[in-house]
Amino acid sequence: MAGQLAAVIGTGQTDHTAKRLDVSMAGLCREAVDRALADANVDWPDIDAVVVGKAPDMFEGVMMPELFLADALGANGKPLLRVHTAGSVGGSTANVAASLVQGGVHKRVLAIAFEKQSESNAMWALSIPTPFVMPVHAGAGGYFAPHVRSYIRRSGAPTHVGAMVAAKDRRNGALNPHAHLKQPDITVESVQASKMLWDPIRYDETCPSSDGACAVVIADSSTAGEGAAWITATAMRTEPTTFAGRDQVNPQAGRDAAAALWRRAGISDPLAEVDVAEIYVPFSWFEPMWLENLGFMPLGEGWKLTESGETEIGGTLPVNPSGGVLSSNPIGASGMIRFAEAAMQVMHRAGAHQVPDARTAMGHAYGGGSQYFAMWTVSSIKPS
Amino acid sequence: MRDVAVVGFAQAPAVRQTHGTTNGVEMLVPVFREVFDSVGLSKGDIGFWCSGSSDYVAGRAFSFIAAVDAIGAFPPINESHVESDAAWALYEAWVKIQTGEVDTALVYGFGKSSAGKLRRVMTMQLDPYTVGPLWPDSLGIAGLQARAGLDQGAWTEEEMAAVAVRSRTDALDNPLAQLKGSDSAESLLQQPYIANPLRKHDCAPITDGAAAIILAAGDRARELRSRPAWITGIAHRIDSANLGGRDLTKSPSTVAAARDAGFSHVDVAELHAPFTHQELLLRKELSLNGTRINPSGGPLCGNPMFAAGLIRIGEAARQVWDGNADSALAHATSGPALQQNLVCVMEGRD
Repeated sequence: MAGQLAAVIGTGQTDHTAKRLDVSMAGLCREAVDRALADANVDWPDIDAVVVGKAPDMFEGVMMPELFLADALGANGKPLLRVHTAGSVGGSTANVAASLVQGGVHKRVLAIAFEKQSESNAMWALSIPTPFVMPVHAGAGGYFAPHVRSYIRRSGAPTHVGAMVAAKDRRNGALNPHAHLKQPDITVESVQASKMLWDPIRYDETCPSSDGACAVVIADSSTAGEGAAWITATAMRTEPTTFAGRDQVNPQAGRDAAAALWRRAGISDPLAEVDVAEIYVPFSWFEPMWLENLGFMPLGEGWKLTESGETEIGGTLPVNPSGGVLSSNPIGASGMIRFAEAAMQVMHRAGAHQVPDARTAMGHAYGGGSQYFAMWTVSSIKPS
Repeated sequence: MRDVAVVGFAQAPAVRQTHGTTNGVEMLVPVFREVFDSVGLSKGDIGFWCSGSSDYVAGRAFSFIAAVDAIGAFPPINESHVESDAAWALYEAWVKIQTGEVDTALVYGFGKSSAGKLRRVMTMQLDPYTVGPLWPDSLGIAGLQARAGLDQGAWTEEEMAAVAVRSRTDALDNPLAQLKGSDSAESLLQQPYIANPLRKHDCAPITDGAAAIILAAGDRARELRSRPAWITGIAHRIDSANLGGRDLTKSPSTVAAARDAGFSHVDVAELHAPFTHQELLLRKELSLNGTRINPSGGPLCGNPMFAAGLIRIGEAARQVWDGNADSALAHATSGPALQQNLVCVMEGRD
């Protein structure tokens, strides 16, 4: 059992870009929040509590910025909770907000996640040397490239699959008014011709560094009206960064979270029953890797779904019709953008990147060294 | 709502400096062992984990990720983290139990304040555009608040010293306290100011520490503890960050949280007041007349950042377990000058 019913009644996003020099952190958040409140057709007095998520405070150089943002987030006099679970935080924040409704504590909750990466340098904020810990060196790409190489070796996937993911997501991004990168003319060949950064990850297969925010309004069944995205399941799992025998390519925590998610949502065949998935893919190859980890495809066969074109809009399982993390990556917000985009699809509010007749969608986020996972499923049909 | 109780509590000794890493692992491992042993559970029995800590105190991004190594989190665990005092992690865990998805939760917090210059680290919490660049430190901000109350006649320096004396005297019975035993108020008042009108005794010490609490629902709680501390209400609120935009001698967020938590009267209260005048402020706002305050010695005798609020809940629960109190209030705070406040009300049932 998961308590009371909860539903997304509105979402909002900033227009993500490399440097939002026109707004402060407060202004960035308000752009997303104001859009979410308008989309939900609610106003500040309707909000019972605010949940804020973002990745490390060192990205902006402010300790617990939600404290100084309380005024701008309309939180004064209300409960405000700050979540931080690494790169999965945007998803975790949405899940915590959902639990406040599911637990019967509140009727309407505003969840907001943001990152203003231009305030600092995210790559180096992640590369602070600490004792007894394997250094990340130059950013996340260097950390994840060996996992990708291992996946290619294990699965025997042809090397163009990564470029296919990148070309698809950037083309999808061109359909999304909020996307940071819009590259309608990108091709597999042009991706393959881009500079090699961390073998086998090329420049065009890498997420951008973005300023951006995302907000969702979650309501209980007495206040959610027609057209809401009903939250049918949430799941979170964590495992340690390193230990002998850990499978970093197909982490147990991701498999466990997905199994719990599908069980709770009553989904026995995810590929057949899920209409669209927004999956956290910061480097192209993570699409086939997560398709296997999440149970959409059997082990070693995730790349086949991608290669056959079935993850395009119109395919068996459209993955990241929004353009995904490869098109916009305000880190702390990226997970919530996945969750919000899943909701937008089943609310049929995704505009040019709408998957026709989407009724069941999943949002996914991961963080740390592929060790933090947060997911939800949403449905256009109110659970009975 | 489901009945949820605090059934287990353990804390590391409050000390000026440990030699462990800033991720808390060395402090947390013995704390986990103690809290599990106290109720006869092991990690596999825990349905949900939630922690509170700060990357800025640790001086590194993702410090809570390394802290997970203290758990041995494989098979993977259902887990979350707040960048806040772990009292807010306990709130998140309580909500998780309310959803019915889990029946037990382990909450922990840690802070190695000795790793940096704490009073300057806390400056990083302020509005980075208009306040932070002036570099008021945490003692300076608390001093502004203390001065406002003195000028208003809300409290006196003598009353502030009396809070320190009572706290340090009570801490004589707390083997884990960092400061214990006190000179008279008269002699304390002879000491110089360190941030006028605050003297050293008015300020919590700089502490390295950690703590863990186990929550359980309904019958599970009754199995684990003969007299569980049942949470009858828990709520939190935040006030404006604009120091000039609110009356620093009041705490509307504490009053509102206490009302939401259904507070009326308790036998004992553990208040997370890292400065003597803040205890006086909270007592007035909560009308705690005749209530036993901080029998543990409170944060003035040991204040591990990001765990001290959680410790208040554990210490208050212990008063209920031991039969010293039938009802108890625990308070936690976060942010400069009591900006954000949480109130947890507990009771014993016989």
